Amino acid sequence: MDFRYTPEDEVFRDKVKAFLKKTFPENEAPPEGQIEAYRTYQRRLFDGGFAGIRFKKIYGGQEGTMMQEIILSEETAPYAERWGGGMNTIGHGMAGHTINVAGTEEQKEFFIPKLLDGSHIWCQGFSEPDAGSDAASIITSAVPDGDDYVVNGQKIWTSAGHLADWCLLTVRTRQDGPKHKGITFLLMDMKAPGVEVRPIAQITGEGEFNEVFMKDVRIPQTMRVGKENEGWYITLTTLAFERAMGDLNLANSMMRFHRRMIDMAKTIKRSGKPVLADNDIRQKIAETYTKLLALKINGYRNLDNALRGGTPGPQGSIGALMGQKTLNPKMTELAMEIQGPYHQLVEGSPGAISDGRFQYAYLRAKGNTIEAGTTEILRNIIGERVLGLPKDAARAAAK
Amino acid sequence: MDLRFSKDQEQIQKEARLFLKKECPMEYVREMFEDEKGFTDKIWNKMAELGWMGIHIPEEYGGIGLSLLDLCLVVEEMGRALVPGPYFSTVVLAAELLIEAGSQNQKQEHLTRIAAGEERGTLALMEPDGGADPGFVQMSAKQDGDGYILNGTKLFVPDAQTSDFIICTARTTAGNNPAQGITLFLLDAKTAGLTITPLKTMDGTRKQSEVLCKDVKVSPDSIVGEINNGWAPLQRVLSRASVCLCAENTGAAQKSMEVAVDYAKERHQFGVPIGAFQAIKHKCADMLPGVEGSRGLLYYAAWAMEEEDSTTASMAAAAAKTFSANALRDISTDTIQVLGGVGFTWEYDAHFYMKRAKANQVMLGDNAYYWEEISKMLGY
Repeated sequence: MDFRYTPEDEVFRDKVKAFLKKTFPENEAPPEGQIEAYRTYQRRLFDGGFAGIRFKKIYGGQEGTMMQEIILSEETAPYAERWGGGMNTIGHGMAGHTINVAGTEEQKEFFIPKLLDGSHIWCQGFSEPDAGSDAASIITSAVPDGDDYVVNGQKIWTSAGHLADWCLLTVRTRQDGPKHKGITFLLMDMKAPGVEVRPIAQITGEGEFNEVFMKDVRIPQTMRVGKENEGWYITLTTLAFERAMGDLNLANSMMRFHRRMIDMAKTIKRSGKPVLADNDIRQKIAETYTKLLALKINGYRNLDNALRGGTPGPQGSIGALMGQKTLNPKMTELAMEIQGPYHQLVEGSPGAISDGRFQYAYLRAKGNTIEAGTTEILRNIIGERVLGLPKDAARAAAK
Repeated sequence: MDLRFSKDQEQIQKEARLFLKKECPMEYVREMFEDEKGFTDKIWNKMAELGWMGIHIPEEYGGIGLSLLDLCLVVEEMGRALVPGPYFSTVVLAAELLIEAGSQNQKQEHLTRIAAGEERGTLALMEPDGGADPGFVQMSAKQDGDGYILNGTKLFVPDAQTSDFIICTARTTAGNNPAQGITLFLLDAKTAGLTITPLKTMDGTRKQSEVLCKDVKVSPDSIVGEINNGWAPLQRVLSRASVCLCAENTGAAQKSMEVAVDYAKERHQFGVPIGAFQAIKHKCADMLPGVEGSRGLLYYAAWAMEEEDSTTASMAAAAAKTFSANALRDISTDTIQVLGGVGFTWEYDAHFYMKRAKANQVMLGDNAYYWEEISKMLGY
């Protein structure tokens, strides 16, 4: 049992630190606009040899290790927050690896370099108005026509859809048989004729996600990933590493939030006394820390297991339940409790603490228990696949 | 990074589970729950033969000298089986204190006997007014010639009634800093003036007593470590013991969850297993982060205690203790809910895990104390 990084890993960390300090000077403001900032950030990582750590060199990657990628993500996190580096999470967390594992040679040569150098921003089109928790019941259809598929239908909750160049799209290619056995995975050009994107205003007031309408959109068959009707299994099988990484990245970003929350609390007074003189608040902050540590260690165990080619153990499925679904909403709520009546003040208001960034985090966290599978669906998965409990009658009967 | 167990560790884990399954079934736990002594010599001796008493005791004192993690693997299995008896007080508290601060003579005398299964000891820490906080140590030790005279009351002393010796915290100097002026004394349990009164506690699997000292005379060679400086070594031992308690909590929580899940698969209502209902399924699913979170913290903290700097290690230990105590509390009470009516009966085992949870939650100090310690280490 050894939780330490190797000396080689620490050398790599020093290299990353030096590069970041030099490449993103503190006095340089990122370019105006979300996309420009992201592209500049990603391009500099790419040019410096720090993009696509685990991808092959022929696709613009570095052929490095997973630990290096973890280290890179730990060290870049504060820079990414400032430069909008996190906006292409679908691209870096899903699209690249899906194409790398299940795509054709042509797809890899075309897409991976353009992901890594910041040219392509990705979105995913999975959910539909009538296919939410019941994700396999999508009805967006793709009908072969010559060398193309002709796609008609609607997707919803498409994060970054209004910014994206490409979309990871699931479509129905077979109407009969079990519904998860008629799904195909396509790569769709968001600028193709017939694609229409309508932003959805969300709880925070911004439009992070969208509805995407497709009317007779032609997608070349060369843009299919994997075999026809086998799309359902692609994300299930290719993303074990990404889930492990995602858990750790989330734990790290929540640790940074926790640190900021303590710093914020130091400035707040309640009834004339520092709010941190309140035992209840102080102890809740400490208890939250213990849960964060549990989440982070769980991430390491999960990663270590994946690195050794182990089948995902129980800890593989509980990171999301611990972190995204439970702890993040709770922690952002604690930040509100610390602020007392000031927690009402949002960005732009006189007197708003940290210009409302904690309020934004609190509101945004309301999405955590819904996105990427609701808490309830996740509990079903854990109950059934990990603990071996039976399906309920309605879901057992559904095909 | 390599989070795998060694082959030896896998073996320790396997052997411990097999041994306890055979020698410590729930019938034995139930019998000892009601028994005054709380364990049998037969099982104690068998555990000693397996080397369990000396897992973490250095070889020069008759132990095996393995790591804290190795000890924790055995304690985790003991938690799973709810092993009754004075293992924790002897091996985790008394022996660790002697390893940490004992004199050459004390180690030679007591550690070798503990490792051989011939002696039992415990730690008397808590008092009527408080727990693990140094400010609450009121028992006085007044100099008397070469030696000291102890007066005061210790409470919640684990397994004192079957201990051969008791290591007791007492105040030798009053000062502004409550952690200064505390000294550790090793008292023979038969010393004149020392009265041990068993308490009736919710969890009968770990006996506790009140220890009253009335003009107890002790010689200078009964001091463990340095005079007035007992708090620092005690804190290090409390951290190690916190990790071991986390091991116990993890094992018990795992078993309690299994009891709930097995029942949810077998029990039918409305024509289906109750585990098919999401109200039950989700309750069971919510147990898993508690079990696995405790387990991860356990392995990390056990490793950190021997490999990391002292602040990192103390933080990990405090996190492991409090997180796992709450996890076991929540899981064991939810298990009773999943079992419904039978969960409320004495006949089913579910209540034993909940009762252990109530004991472990305050053992070595409560959550509030450890959360305050964490807040100091986080710098607020």
